[in-house]
Amino acid sequence: MRVKSGRDGGSTLRFALLLTAASAALLLAGLAAGSDGWSLAWTDEWMLVSEIRAPRSIGAWLAGALLGFAGAVAQGLFRNPLADPYLLGSAAGAGLGVVLVLAAGGAAGASIGLAAAGALLQAGLVGAAFAGALCGVGLTLLLARGAARPMSLLLCGVVVGVLLTALSDLVMLASPEAMRGKQIFLLGSTGFLGWTSTAVLAAVLAAVLPAAMRVSRALDALVLGEASARSLGVPLQQVRLLLVGTMAMATGAAVAQAGLIAFVGLVAPHLVRRCLSVAHGPQLALSAMAGGVLLLASDIAARTLVAPQELPVGVLTAVLGGIYLLALLHRRQA
Amino acid sequence: MNGTAPPLQARGIGVTLGGVRVLDEVSIALPAGCWTAIVGPNGAGKSTLLSVLAGLRRPDHGQVSVGGDPIEALAARERARRIAWLAQQGEADGELAVREIVALGRLPHHGLFGAPGANDQRAIDLALEAAGATAFGRRRLGELSGGERQRALLARVLAVQAPVVLLDEPTTHLDAPHQRAVLCCITGLVRQHAAVAAVLHDLTLALAADRVVVMDQGRIRATGSPGDPALHAAIEAVFEQAIVIEPIGRTGVDGTAGTRWVAVPAP
Repeated sequence: MRVKSGRDGGSTLRFALLLTAASAALLLAGLAAGSDGWSLAWTDEWMLVSEIRAPRSIGAWLAGALLGFAGAVAQGLFRNPLADPYLLGSAAGAGLGVVLVLAAGGAAGASIGLAAAGALLQAGLVGAAFAGALCGVGLTLLLARGAARPMSLLLCGVVVGVLLTALSDLVMLASPEAMRGKQIFLLGSTGFLGWTSTAVLAAVLAAVLPAAMRVSRALDALVLGEASARSLGVPLQQVRLLLVGTMAMATGAAVAQAGLIAFVGLVAPHLVRRCLSVAHGPQLALSAMAGGVLLLASDIAARTLVAPQELPVGVLTAVLGGIYLLALLHRRQA
Repeated sequence: MNGTAPPLQARGIGVTLGGVRVLDEVSIALPAGCWTAIVGPNGAGKSTLLSVLAGLRRPDHGQVSVGGDPIEALAARERARRIAWLAQQGEADGELAVREIVALGRLPHHGLFGAPGANDQRAIDLALEAAGATAFGRRRLGELSGGERQRALLARVLAVQAPVVLLDEPTTHLDAPHQRAVLCCITGLVRQHAAVAAVLHDLTLALAADRVVVMDQGRIRATGSPGDPALHAAIEAVFEQAIVIEPIGRTGVDGTAGTRWVAVPAP
């Protein structure tokens, strides 16, 4: 697609319509994709469609949207196109939360597997992952003494990631049964998404996206550099704190409900920027839509590629995302 | 705001960075309708002074006032409406279109939560035109040549329409015609009664200003009009080199009456 300026509101609208159409088509495909192939006989299998495929498809789109949004915030905030939503310790925090709950559950943790999807919710793993992700980011903010210095924030995110992962390993050493549960939970899967998860994801997206879009001109101003942004009267410290908060909420919710989905948060904003030169406000919304499209498409592929078996969607997004970035790298070198 | 106070005034500014005295008792006033060029060797403290004047760096001691009001008493947006600042080139980059960048200059006016209105759009159009950036208004900043980028960033500063304009090396990366275009922009601002200060490395360009401030080792060594022999002597002293400064014409940079000067190292 040709690169166009977002000032041409028409091109932004066309791109948004394209993503909407892709989302709608993929949602229909998601409703039709089953373990035994494609089926449009929805009246015959209404329960299956309404209770499993529909929440899973909508939930996958929402989880992808949260990751795409969080990736766009991270890349704008840190002025780094390689920034991803997990870099402030949310992934390691979610992992530790899951491991602690599993270890506390003792032998019960060993019984948690893919088939025990409902049990995951009951065991409070979703809540633990969400709380762990928020605590990870909170610890990063604490160590960096706020969000005023992006470089300190990044470095503290790395430190917190390493520390919390080490703690997880330590807990798993003492309680090996927690290891399998953690691996399954954080492998990245949309298979556990029900209507409750979908409602939670939708509520978080409805909260964080408008909040971040309200202050998105601050991200535009940061393109000029920190000092120039301050010279324009932008209250950088407060804005950064708000944006880190929305990023943590979005990432925490997505990780808690769908595990660690790789690359969606990194690739979705890239895709938007490749297609459109647009300010951060629309970029956040379009990155969310692109993230939704990417994850839902990956979810459908994960369901159908080796049906009746299912691939973990996190593995698929990692492979596809890796290929995309490699292709991008080669194109730039050419 | 005090009507008789200069748009920007600094008294007894001192800044120490890493144990080094970067600014030492610097006092300067920027009158309305006057272009002040700041020159001096590398490390003289020119950019630090500009960032203190812009309210971006708090001095260890001394006072900066904007229109008579202490700068630290101004809300960030109010300060941003009164002082426009252009950073040294190098930091700004990215995917945003030039027009979006220039529109950031209106941020102090409509605020983070507001949206640009018709007045803002007019100011953006005027700024793009004045900086000669209209033709590439829809291109991304990251795709521009160094000169085009500098003009886009200058347009962003012009869009603020502030009574005080501080420019840190605004002619970097520009070829001679575009350097002249920047100087014309500055004289245009001055005609609109703005107080302009620009750090410049090119002495010939600096001598096109209404007055020149010579800095060295964190202090102001001389202030004078471009034709002032004492100023010429101070320039030679701080650069530790014989410099020939000669009048080259009877028209100013924008074609109006006034002597142009050229400064070149003596053979």
